[in-house]
Amino acid sequence: MAAQRLDAGTARDLLATMWRIRRFEERMATLHQRLLVHGLIHLSIGSEGVAAGVCRQLRDDDEIYSGHRAHGHVLAKGAPMDRVMAELMGRSAGLCQGLGGSMHLVDVEHGVMGATGVVGGNLPMAAGGALAAKIRGGDQVTVVFFGDGAVQAGHFAETVNLAALWELPLILVCENNGMAEFTTRAEHTTVDSVCDVVAPYGFERQVVEGADVPKIWRAFNGYLEKARTGTGPFLLECKTHRRRGHYEGDPLASRNALNDAEWAKLDPIAQLEALATKRGWIEEESAQELTAAADAEVDRAIAFGRASEPLTPAEASQLVYARP
Amino acid sequence: MSETTYVKAINATLARAMREDERVIVVGEDVAEGGPYLATEGLADEFGRERVRNTPISESAVTGIAVGAAQSGLKPVIEIMFIDFITLALDQLVNQAAKAHFMSGGQLSVPMVLRTQGGSGGRAGAQHSQSLEAWLTHIPGLKVVMPATAADAAGLLQSAIADPNPVVFVENKSLYYRREEVPEPPEAVPIGRAKVVRPGRHVTIVALSRMVGEALTAAERLASDGIEAEVIDPRTLLPLDLDPIADSVRRTGRAVVAHEAVRTGGFGAELAAELQAAAFDYLDAPIQRVGAPFMPVPLSPPLEDDYRPQSDQIYSAARYAVEWADREEPVPIAERPAG
Repeated sequence: MAAQRLDAGTARDLLATMWRIRRFEERMATLHQRLLVHGLIHLSIGSEGVAAGVCRQLRDDDEIYSGHRAHGHVLAKGAPMDRVMAELMGRSAGLCQGLGGSMHLVDVEHGVMGATGVVGGNLPMAAGGALAAKIRGGDQVTVVFFGDGAVQAGHFAETVNLAALWELPLILVCENNGMAEFTTRAEHTTVDSVCDVVAPYGFERQVVEGADVPKIWRAFNGYLEKARTGTGPFLLECKTHRRRGHYEGDPLASRNALNDAEWAKLDPIAQLEALATKRGWIEEESAQELTAAADAEVDRAIAFGRASEPLTPAEASQLVYARP
Repeated sequence: MSETTYVKAINATLARAMREDERVIVVGEDVAEGGPYLATEGLADEFGRERVRNTPISESAVTGIAVGAAQSGLKPVIEIMFIDFITLALDQLVNQAAKAHFMSGGQLSVPMVLRTQGGSGGRAGAQHSQSLEAWLTHIPGLKVVMPATAADAAGLLQSAIADPNPVVFVENKSLYYRREEVPEPPEAVPIGRAKVVRPGRHVTIVALSRMVGEALTAAERLASDGIEAEVIDPRTLLPLDLDPIADSVRRTGRAVVAHEAVRTGGFGAELAAELQAAAFDYLDAPIQRVGAPFMPVPLSPPLEDDYRPQSDQIYSAARYAVEWADREEPVPIAERPAG
């Protein structure tokens, strides 16, 4: 089955999704300084194209697992922004009643099954989700997002081996931003790309530029169609640029600063807007409408979060164990 | 009643659970072959290799796959062949399985069972003989059970599989092959329910896993001295059923806690702390702890035999506790038993 091509409606949806993520995250810096959102906040500015290009093709019953840089994936998969915001604020109206936070966003209704702060810890869990789908025999697919820093962890090797051995309907989506926490990929491994790491297993894999959203969309679409038949795994490696530091407050955030012209080439939003304008898919005003709509949604989300209180300790203690 | 063994009781319970609920799957190293102790023997023949899955030697991935599969609606029972290897599974068990329900605000649950076995006596050296259960009792969100008999193994495993939380099921290799009576049809044993194994009025012995049998042997010897020991098996460590144990200690005024694990930082420390708080005004003697010395399990048979806690130490600890009140002078620190 040939992968579908991007059309105007899809392009507009991807742009709207990326702007929602971008505006949400840009506001994080201020909210974090004002102590309205808590904890370690890892922004995905520069890799919104991966979140949008992948998640917008998934159904609610497809599962995703993410990591510590998860806002984009979760928003793109359909989690309501107001409840994501409330979660980052630690409020009871949050997705996880304020008990998870930025690194642990879960929204079962929309198939967001887990995000872990332990780098690579999500990989075997995603394989478990794919195993459940395979045993049930439906056409559900599981996607796991991880950075290239996770690849040097033991659970990556264990999971890839098992997913290949069991032919699980699992799509591995690597955001390779060339940085693992505070140091460059060159300091972590001698292997050039993540695709090279998994090459001996022989499953389908490819490297795409993270700013090339149509390419991400097409590549993922091809894997998705195949995974729906209950087989896999696949690896989509997206070379992205991490615009912000490792986390908000990172003292070394300027280490890979780019000038505006360099950034524009790596910015998935700028790239897709240029293409969409050229193709006549959007007007210039509609780009402004998308950002204005995203800003308004962020404003509403902040107000929603602030209107909610944290759980009481007694309420939190009721959630340590599931009840039969 | 019918006669079986601890390991066969586990095997039969797994088979029954798989027959009754197609969501139950068994995953682990060599499980389709039966495993080194034959706990999963025959399951692949009856249920197929889709539901009884051999895995590579990948404890982290096996445990993580169980977490993910459980979150997606299956009920995985995984096997970590020796509890010593649980070190490799701890991220998935402690950081993922135990916290998923809480951190998701109650959206996720992880109905998985991690079967493993511990204990010394197999001449297997320090990496195949440990008793590491106390580590796991420190983790909110986990349940930890440790059956001492075939009937409890069957009954607790049934409850563990039905439980919506991750349950660590700690077997003991020394108990696997003894002939024992079990109820027929099998009866579920609730998680979090201690059992008085032998009633008595002079001293309470709280014993875990293999040490329950050692405690009963000690109790026989104490009885011939005129000391009636009450033996209690908590069966579940987390959540601990403290009330019946504390009630017993309030009656007897003396307690010995006994396990096979290294005494330092062992679960006996938790038991002793809880009991002194719950029964302080009733205690006639310091609570005694019996456990292994602070040393890795040695290979050499005479050294391992010396290392393993046995009924003798329980007997001595109980005598010491009972005779405490008879002492006219405080016992010098140097003369107090290490155990």
